[in-house]
Amino acid sequence: MGEILFEYRRVSKSFFGIKALNNVSFEIERGQILGLIGENGAGKSTLMNIMGGVLRPDEGGMILKGEPYTPATPAHAAASGIEFIHQELNLFTNLSVAENIAINRFPRRGSSPFINKSLLLKETQLFLESLQMNFSPSTLVEHLSPGERQLVEIAKALSTNADILLFDEPTTSLTAKETENLFRILKRLQEEGKSIVYISHILGDVRDIADEVVILRDGQVMGGGPMADFPINRMISLMVGREIDNIFPVKTVTPTEETVLEVQGLGETGMVRDINLRVNKGEIVGMFGLMGSGRTEFARMVFGVDPYGEGTILLKGKELPRLDPGASIGGGIAFITENRREEGLLMDYPILDNISLVSLPEYSAPLTRIVDNRKLYNKASEIAASLRLKSADIRTQSAKSLSGGNQQKVVIGKWLLQDPSLLIMDEPTRGIDVGAKYEVYLIMNQLAERGSGVLFISSEVEELMGVCDRIVVWSRGEIIREFSRPDFALEDIMRAAFRQGIESDLQREVPANEI
Amino acid sequence: MKSNRLTALILNNTTEILFVFLFVVFGLIAPRFFTVKNFEIILGNASYIGIIAVGMTFVLLTGGIDLSVGSTMYLSAVVCGKLINIAGFPIPLAILICLLVGIGVGSFNAFAVTRLKLVPFITTLITMTLARGIGLFITRSKAVDYPETITLMSTVKVFGLIPLHIFIFGVVVAAASIYLRKTAPGRQLYAVGNDLEAANKAGIKSRKLIASTYIISGFFAALGGFVSITQLGRVNAGFGSGDEFDAIAAAVLGGASLFGGIGTVFPGTVLGTVMIQMIQAGLVFSNVDLYLQPIIMALIIFLAVFIDSARNIQLKKLERRNILKV
Repeated sequence: MGEILFEYRRVSKSFFGIKALNNVSFEIERGQILGLIGENGAGKSTLMNIMGGVLRPDEGGMILKGEPYTPATPAHAAASGIEFIHQELNLFTNLSVAENIAINRFPRRGSSPFINKSLLLKETQLFLESLQMNFSPSTLVEHLSPGERQLVEIAKALSTNADILLFDEPTTSLTAKETENLFRILKRLQEEGKSIVYISHILGDVRDIADEVVILRDGQVMGGGPMADFPINRMISLMVGREIDNIFPVKTVTPTEETVLEVQGLGETGMVRDINLRVNKGEIVGMFGLMGSGRTEFARMVFGVDPYGEGTILLKGKELPRLDPGASIGGGIAFITENRREEGLLMDYPILDNISLVSLPEYSAPLTRIVDNRKLYNKASEIAASLRLKSADIRTQSAKSLSGGNQQKVVIGKWLLQDPSLLIMDEPTRGIDVGAKYEVYLIMNQLAERGSGVLFISSEVEELMGVCDRIVVWSRGEIIREFSRPDFALEDIMRAAFRQGIESDLQREVPANEI
Repeated sequence: MKSNRLTALILNNTTEILFVFLFVVFGLIAPRFFTVKNFEIILGNASYIGIIAVGMTFVLLTGGIDLSVGSTMYLSAVVCGKLINIAGFPIPLAILICLLVGIGVGSFNAFAVTRLKLVPFITTLITMTLARGIGLFITRSKAVDYPETITLMSTVKVFGLIPLHIFIFGVVVAAASIYLRKTAPGRQLYAVGNDLEAANKAGIKSRKLIASTYIISGFFAALGGFVSITQLGRVNAGFGSGDEFDAIAAAVLGGASLFGGIGTVFPGTVLGTVMIQMIQAGLVFSNVDLYLQPIIMALIIFLAVFIDSARNIQLKKLERRNILKV
């Protein structure tokens, strides 16, 4: 301990004239777990990308093991002993777990070009066992759940014997048990003398796992030091630059009696069973459940992208046709998907194009269908401003170049452009920071005030309890309990989601149940 | 649940099931279909398209496509014939140069796709026109004849048993299959086809791998063309044209995905190739109107591609359900 392994020295970096990093300096010791926290867009990913050889700093430099370190490519960084576990998965679904882990260094049979498959499987088996990951090395990755895939991604990085491991939000799709296991592994790696940079928005995790913490805001280091000196409140206030005593906005409207969405007896074999649900005007209904409990599937059915076998869906009293997202959008349903990268955004296109995507028809002339670009731009800028979107120019900057939280805002903005009567949000706050979360809650409130109904899917009970009028709890494709605001109790809701919280039941169900 | 598993099983093995189905149907319609002689003919006809289809499988695995194979066959065959007939080159040397022409066309495709970043479809559409253009420029669209030494090769039986062209097909299939299954670059090719960006991040030399597939495809096109001229003895201006369609169809019938990352040489492409020949022979044996045959052929291939697409959607859905239902 104590030996400095890596050092950032006055690193600065700008994108499109906006300073993403401003004179950042800090160091990482050998055998240290360093928590790196900050709001979205604070510069965490940029910092890691510079260390990982993806980006080059405009100013300043890095020192690795006492030598200047200037990685030109990710491969170069890897060769220098730095391994980057990205938030998004980089796995080959058509190959086995073992092949994924060994993709660039297959064991050969002697000096022949042929892969020694039995050795590969045996080594991988032992390796996975040492990490207490219990899937077979010959399983195809496409057959694994997202949580398991993330573990494979982590295993892949651990197999390279790197000195420094960068984890970017590694627990987003892990179950509590898998997270616990990951933390055990991190502790063990630390004992072996490896240094770990751990980026997460789950501050409780950072507090539990890290020795030291560095807090970034707007590309600058706001503070850092031993974990003990930084209780969660202090971390938050440094991150956002203000004390947050109330992380949930006060909801000012009470739901009306007027129904926006009414679902009757919805069912689809193997997905959901006999779902009855109402959402009223001005009401925020939370949907809680374990991953794979059927919430997302249900939302997709309501929106008309997935089929259902029985039941009816009424929007403002009118029956919605099946499998017709166009009709759902026309009826005023907005759907913010769980996976913004794949489903919600055209990453290479400018922000403006993304925001205007669903409402182009409303901004085009009646007969010629020519789009009124000026009107569209004005309205989109208004929305971008109201969402506090950090961008140089929404007409030229691509969605890809935004931070996670700002990307999420673009997705939301896309739907705000047309005043939805029902807003479905699937995990809208996953992977975004406290400040951006607050803004998302605020947007929900504003919409409810304007008379929209909101369906809010989340895996964080606290935020549902903070924001919703009602919470329905899902388990295995059914709504098993419903709580109205006065009855909100963390433990009761959790118990319902786990079907009375029987531990054995939980263990049997969770791994197989994940989507 | 059980029926789901059955559906998945069927969808995962469409190639094999379609193969057996067609086999039985043609057997029932035309009893003469089930003869050793007929199977030898089918396999013989399958060999040259099969060799090209193996190369095509490599390209398809990366998510690319090679439309130039038919023209490559023509150009390389023309060069080979002219070198023997006019320049008086010794035959082995002429054959070697013939194969080098295939590698040359493939290298051009590889360069344009991986260095100039052109889209494979357009690149190979250009070389398709270019290679045939050069060939026609050389021949003035006159037919090229080959000496007896070459045509006699088609009567050679390896180990006194296997016709040479079937033997070459077998060697190509074995080599390609082992390469794809058992070597690092083979496995990495699947990775590149599955997710190019992730492959680059994993430090795989994706560009080199993709380039290699076009070169392999060009080489096999020339080899397939040569095998074909040993059987024909003469090459006219239309030689090889339309064969790119059969080669792509064979690979896709054999389960290769046009989106990359999925497909095998054996059994996949081999079954696909034999299936196409089987359909053609079966249609003849069943006395189907000659002018209806291409239409039926097209429909069967349409069906196969349609099943492939439906299969992917359905399999994904089944997997989702299986996950939900414990």
